[in-house]
Amino acid sequence: MDIFWAFVIGGLICVIGQLLIDLTKLTAARILVFFVVAGCILGGLGIYERLVDFAGAGASVPLPGFGNLLARGVKRAVDERGLIGVITGGFTAMAGGVTVAVVFGYLAALVSSPGMKD
Amino acid sequence: MKITEQQYEEMVKASAPKSTVIINCAKAFLVGGAICAGAQLIYNQLHAMGFSREDTGTLVAAILIVSAILLTALRVYDRLGKFAGAGSIVPITGFANAIAAPAIEHKKEGLVLGIGAKMFLIAGPVIVYGTLTSVIVGLIYYFVR
Repeated sequence: MDIFWAFVIGGLICVIGQLLIDLTKLTAARILVFFVVAGCILGGLGIYERLVDFAGAGASVPLPGFGNLLARGVKRAVDERGLIGVITGGFTAMAGGVTVAVVFGYLAALVSSPGMKD
Repeated sequence: MKITEQQYEEMVKASAPKSTVIINCAKAFLVGGAICAGAQLIYNQLHAMGFSREDTGTLVAAILIVSAILLTALRVYDRLGKFAGAGSIVPITGFANAIAAPAIEHKKEGLVLGIGAKMFLIAGPVIVYGTLTSVIVGLIYYFVR
C-alpha cells in the first residue's frame, strides 16, 4: 500500500511541475529551484513531514523532499548547536546526495563523450 | 447536435493545446509516480535489512542518483525526459541528471571550467536557493522554537 501512495503522490507532484512547464513556460532550472524552496518552507512549517509520513518516497524523492531534508537538517542542527546550527544544518543535510552526484557525475563526464550517440 | 466542418475544425483547434497539456501531465504522472514507487520498493527492502530510517533514506537517494547518472551517460535519461517531461525532472533523479548532463556536454572546455563549473549549471541555483531558504528557516526556528 505504501508503494501505491508513493506512486500517486509522487506522480501528482510531477504533474504540478508539468503544469508549471506547460502553462507558465518556466525553465526546468526555475522549477527545480521553486520546488526546493517550497519544500524547505513547508518543511520549516512542519507540513511537509506529514506528507512524507503518509506517502514515503512519493514525497521524499521529488525535489520538494530535498527542500524538506534541508529544513529538517537545519532544525535538528539548531536543536543541537543553537545559532551555529543555522549555518551548518542545511549543507550537512544535503551532503550525502550532493557528494554522490558530484563524484559520479564527474566520473560519467570523464568516461562519456559529448554527442556520443547510443 | 449537428456541426459543420468549420465548427468542428474550430473545436479541434480550441481543444488541441489543452489535450496536449493533459497528455503531458499523464506522462509526467506515470513516469514520476513509477520512479517514486520504485524508490519506495528499494526503501522497504533496505529498511527490512535493518538500516535506520535516516540511513535508508540516504541510501535510496544515493542509489537513485547513481542510476540516473548511469542512464544519463548512456543517453537513456534524456530520451526518457523527452517522453516524461516533469516526470523525469522533478524527482531527485532529475537533479542528478542536471549535474551529469552538462558535465558531459561541456567536457571539452576542460576539467576545471568545463566539467567542474558546468556541473553546477542547474544544480548550483538549486543549492544556492535551498541553502538560503534553510538559513531563513533555521533562524526563524531558533527564535520561535
